[in-house]
Amino acid sequence: MQLQQQDQAANPIWKVIGASSVGTLIEWYDFYIFGSLAPIIAAQFFPQTNPTAALLATLATFAAGFIVRPFGALVFGRLGDLVGRKYTFLLTLILMGGSTFAIGLVPGYERIGFAAPIIVLLLRLIQGLALGGEYGGAATYVAEHAPDGKRGYYTSWIQTTATLGLLLSLGVILGTRSSLDPDATISVQKFEEWGWRIPFLLSILLVGVSVYIRLRMKESPLFTEIKASGKISKNPLRESFVHRANLKMVLLALFGMVMGQGVVWYTGQFYAQTFMENVCRLDFGQTRTILIWAIVLATPGFILFGWLSDRIGRKWIMLLGMFLAIISYRPIYQQMLAISDTKGMTADPARGRVDRTILPAGNNGHSLVNVTTIAQFDNGIIEKEVRKDTLFLAEKPTAKGKGKISRTLPSGRYWQMIGLVFIQIMFVTMVYGPIAAFLVELFPTRIRYTSMSLPYHIGNGVFGGLTPFIALLLTTIRQGDPLVGLWYPIGVATVCLIIGTLYVSNRIDPNVND
Amino acid sequence: MNTLKRLAGWIWMALAPAAVWLLANTAHSEIARNPTIDTRIQWTVFILVFIPIAFGLLLFGWFAWKGEYDRLPESSAEVAED
Repeated sequence: MQLQQQDQAANPIWKVIGASSVGTLIEWYDFYIFGSLAPIIAAQFFPQTNPTAALLATLATFAAGFIVRPFGALVFGRLGDLVGRKYTFLLTLILMGGSTFAIGLVPGYERIGFAAPIIVLLLRLIQGLALGGEYGGAATYVAEHAPDGKRGYYTSWIQTTATLGLLLSLGVILGTRSSLDPDATISVQKFEEWGWRIPFLLSILLVGVSVYIRLRMKESPLFTEIKASGKISKNPLRESFVHRANLKMVLLALFGMVMGQGVVWYTGQFYAQTFMENVCRLDFGQTRTILIWAIVLATPGFILFGWLSDRIGRKWIMLLGMFLAIISYRPIYQQMLAISDTKGMTADPARGRVDRTILPAGNNGHSLVNVTTIAQFDNGIIEKEVRKDTLFLAEKPTAKGKGKISRTLPSGRYWQMIGLVFIQIMFVTMVYGPIAAFLVELFPTRIRYTSMSLPYHIGNGVFGGLTPFIALLLTTIRQGDPLVGLWYPIGVATVCLIIGTLYVSNRIDPNVND
Repeated sequence: MNTLKRLAGWIWMALAPAAVWLLANTAHSEIARNPTIDTRIQWTVFILVFIPIAFGLLLFGWFAWKGEYDRLPESSAEVAED
């Protein structure tokens, strides 16, 4: 306790929060840019025409998200409880930043063949490992510096980083994509050829600054105290997951809170984006700016609910967020569909046009035809359909079949869509804002890093990370209902809500020094 | 309340094997529908990851049934006790 007071003089809380948050934000940024640029990365490193490369792509997607993240939680959680919080989350930051920067340097499949996808896969696995180790360290570090009665408020700043990391990645990608050439189409082409590397390379600067800041920080006062008194755990993994008393708290954290939080988090921030793009068929840029606005407007919610959790307890805020998500997901997504629907609408012929371009396809006399049809409907939605086809010799220049549709919403509908995504992100802030304080208070200092990291990364990485895949799978099983995918987050959140209501306590631990 | 907590333990214990059965069944039909290496890997990863989680749910149900959650620990000393 005395050490904690001395530390507060040397390491003011805002310095601690700043150092921890900036690093964690950068780690999330690094993790997200790979996901956001997945189609471009796939084209560069994992050509679908080659089955082995496609297989490596699948491994990169699934292994990094589902297996490696919880494994990283175990490896770095253990290290954090043995060596200390500061050096462990410094190491995860360097691993994450280094591997992200390296992805930006790897030559494409066309230049170095199979070495390219293998190197990218390995770097992606390192990213997953590092992410698994980062969050627990940052949350523990801030919580162990925070004064009693303000733990929820101070740790909520760490909770903003996952969302702000997504915001940063979207901003950097959109900014780079549109600034490589004065001509917008050429700029996008340049981005897909080489410009996609810029967001990866930029990471090294961000990580450099963050490492410098973190190096100047001191070790957590509580960890220093237990280290000085020789109470460090000899085997944090065993104490966390074999000792019955602690294991039952790990299971309660996972099934009674984190798995529900994970699905609400991924539905609001990722499934909403996928849904707007693939089901509502909204334009790439518009879906990103809708998400950016919703995130900017909702982010203060993390701080608000973290602060509120210090006053009324963590449990009911998080469970209320889950409950609201469960009852409102279907009406919200139904409304998202209605806003972007053009069924029954009439296209204004004066504002529509058809552009046709025919380019030679090799030396065989065949051509590649691109037909772009633009229609503006009476509800203001502009629909662009691009159809591509190979035009064989002596054929009429038409492209057959259904093309790729993208819709642009008019201002009013655009803001309604932002409002609907904003509501979902408010649910995210309710379930996610107080969770660091909740997890920190469940476990003893000597095994805190290990014990809280694993349920967090199973809840978020596995239950949450699976949301887009399972939602898509449900859509293919029960075709005709575009909202069927929502039953996965609704089902998981309902089980979690019942378990949380029955078994989790609303008590705020007054003492995390033990 | 404690009786309800204990009885609900049976639901969690039943839910765990049911979830694994549902997952394995879906995996089987999805692999049969699209027998590519991608589908096999995806479903193998899902099953490998979910089996220990389902075991955790089973254990959670068992602890609940045995009354381990009737009273939650209020200090780290209680958590550290085995």
